[in-house]
Amino acid sequence: MHSIRLTTSSSLRALARSSLTGLKMLAAFTVVCGVAYPLLITGVAKAAFPWQAAGSLVTATGERTTDRGEAAGSALIGQSFEGDAWFLPRPSAAGDGYDTLASGGSNLGPESPDVVASIAEGRAEVAAREGVDVSQVPADAVTASGSGLDGAISPAYAALQVPRVARERGLDEATVAALVADATHERTLGVLGDPYVDVLALNTSLEQAAPADTM
Amino acid sequence: MTATTSDALAAVGQAGILIALLALAHAPLGGYMARVYSSPRHWRLEAAWYRVLRVDATTDQRWRTYATQVLGFSLVSVLALYGLGRLQAYVPWNLGFSGLDPAGAWNTAISFTTNTNWQWYSGEAATGHLLQMIGFTVQNFVSAAVGLAVAVALIRGFARSGTDGRIGNFWADLTRGVVRILLPLSVVAAIVLVAQGVIQNLDPHSTIATLQGGSQTALGGPVASQEAIKELGTNGGGFFNANSAHPYENPTHLTNLFEIFLLLLIPSALPRTVGIMVGDRRQGWAILGAMATIWVGALVLTTWAEMAGPGTAPQLAGAAMEGKETRFGTAASALFAVSTTATSTGAVNSMHDSYTAPGGAVLMVDMLLGEVAPGGVGAGLYGMLIIAILAVFVAGLMVGRTPEYLGKKIGQREMTLVAMYVLTTPAIVLTGAALAVSVDPGVAGIQEDGPHGLSEVLYAFASAGNNNGSAFAGLATGTGFYNTALGVAMLLGRFVPILIVLALAGRVSSQRTVPTSAGTLPTHRPLFAGLVAAVAVVVVGLTFLPVLSLGPLAEALS
Repeated sequence: MHSIRLTTSSSLRALARSSLTGLKMLAAFTVVCGVAYPLLITGVAKAAFPWQAAGSLVTATGERTTDRGEAAGSALIGQSFEGDAWFLPRPSAAGDGYDTLASGGSNLGPESPDVVASIAEGRAEVAAREGVDVSQVPADAVTASGSGLDGAISPAYAALQVPRVARERGLDEATVAALVADATHERTLGVLGDPYVDVLALNTSLEQAAPADTM
Repeated sequence: MTATTSDALAAVGQAGILIALLALAHAPLGGYMARVYSSPRHWRLEAAWYRVLRVDATTDQRWRTYATQVLGFSLVSVLALYGLGRLQAYVPWNLGFSGLDPAGAWNTAISFTTNTNWQWYSGEAATGHLLQMIGFTVQNFVSAAVGLAVAVALIRGFARSGTDGRIGNFWADLTRGVVRILLPLSVVAAIVLVAQGVIQNLDPHSTIATLQGGSQTALGGPVASQEAIKELGTNGGGFFNANSAHPYENPTHLTNLFEIFLLLLIPSALPRTVGIMVGDRRQGWAILGAMATIWVGALVLTTWAEMAGPGTAPQLAGAAMEGKETRFGTAASALFAVSTTATSTGAVNSMHDSYTAPGGAVLMVDMLLGEVAPGGVGAGLYGMLIIAILAVFVAGLMVGRTPEYLGKKIGQREMTLVAMYVLTTPAIVLTGAALAVSVDPGVAGIQEDGPHGLSEVLYAFASAGNNNGSAFAGLATGTGFYNTALGVAMLLGRFVPILIVLALAGRVSSQRTVPTSAGTLPTHRPLFAGLVAAVAVVVVGLTFLPVLSLGPLAEALS
């Protein structure tokens, strides 16, 4: 009994000693990994990649900027569009849609009645809007992305929207299709990820070609 | 709309590129790590660091001392992070966010210290830049280095012969892991990520006007520096809520592949380190073979499930794109998901809760296997070595030979430790999940009725108990009950296995190495690698089949 108590108290003393050393080590690692390292990367990033480091911001005419005051968004982050004159993004589960302070997905499972209902509703809505059969509605048009900030749509969904946008903006379909092609990213190295169309870049170039508000 | 041949070829192609990159890095990095942990000499910088801090980084320690230092260091880490979380309102660069509540701060402190990085909060709405930098980023480094240190201590135990249980110096292992391995790799990785569009600044969040005249919040933060170590250290805690699905964490096709590469890099190179340190590289190949077998199997199953898209919602939509990013699609999402759950990373580039039933089940099994394929930084290796010992024991029973592994006899005491290790995590996972579905505050968090609801709870405790950190995020876990219970699961799931591994390390270190004889089971051949993989799967199958059949299997068959 006596020896057990002795072992326990000496173990506790050893733990206390280790914790003290640990505290010194943690303080030192905090300076190196928590202050020096992020500041070093920030410095290098600002010097070498200022535009990317600031958030890949773009103006309303598609110019790169690092000034939030001039920016109309980030080339990487999706934003909401409404109305027939625009290419429309995917449904978003981030807040009320594309809310960068509430990124995330629906997290609904594959058998969830809620998600099944919203997909069915979405398919009917998109098919009516684009004047096609529901079987032609692509999956990304009716599903929410994981981030809720997905700024991309599939080439199929972009193609589906071309006739409507062309009509609304008084452009011919070939012109709009060419703009879609410009905003399309194929798989990198032919195999990475999926092909996608950058909606903000596409709508920005549309505005250059035929502004929506002059219609 | 269904997957075409070119989609399938692309899926194979990107996995092929990933494997080729990992293969290229395997020998150089594995060899480098062996030198880092074998070298008797401190760098001059390190020597100065030890002198200033008055730390003894030279004495070779017995396992009890080593374990006490692991625990002491982790204890102050938990307390410091808890304090920082609670006091967030009073630190600079807090973006105006208040302190975390007690249960939340407890959960987060445990989560980052245990290399789990379970997140009950939403980064962009709860944590300021300073907490992310000096709290989370620091723990991303040191918790990974602790995992490496424990793994290396076990390797040393096997490599040494007839010591009095000495397994190395924890402070030196910890420091070298950060200074010589994690920090240099992170600097390079962070700069690559920034070049591709991951943000890196100290700006606050502020409102800008969108193209159509609406408004949106422009985000700031030192993201790339955290993202690099988040993957490299198999931590997984996202700067933002959406984690690596967020365009500012994982913007392009290339960053997606690069992040998967980073999170597999160290775990897949460690078998090489084992091979070199025990003086027989073939032993490393067998370990790697077992890891790769499980990883490839999981990848094939999950990729097939996500590309085929079984289930009511994916079938109706035409593809399993709920919770997935357009730029990644199903294949690149599945590749990330399998790699993040087969390591202890838990970063996600797509929402696992919305995966098809078979796809989600594989991810769960990845974690339940103990994350050994190739597992977390360090943690995956020691987990796999434990399973290898179990495989040697099983094979020994079958052929009537005395089990030996890497020159050490596997006797009753060793097997007792192995059995304790193998039972610890299942006990935590099953007890935790059973508790949660039995009490009101646990049931209250469940989002969906039926089998999927059970899957959400099981996934949460599998993730916490195995220190993964990914979630079926529909489960509402930011509550006092879940923050506390999952915190306990993470704590026990990290440190009980570590203590067992260090005890085993001391035990084998004190044994004399026995020369191989005709009676020794060869542990470097493909047959043994296959046996190890099979033992891993069978043990999990026997342990978890009942609960898996009530959750994901029931959902898949309904």
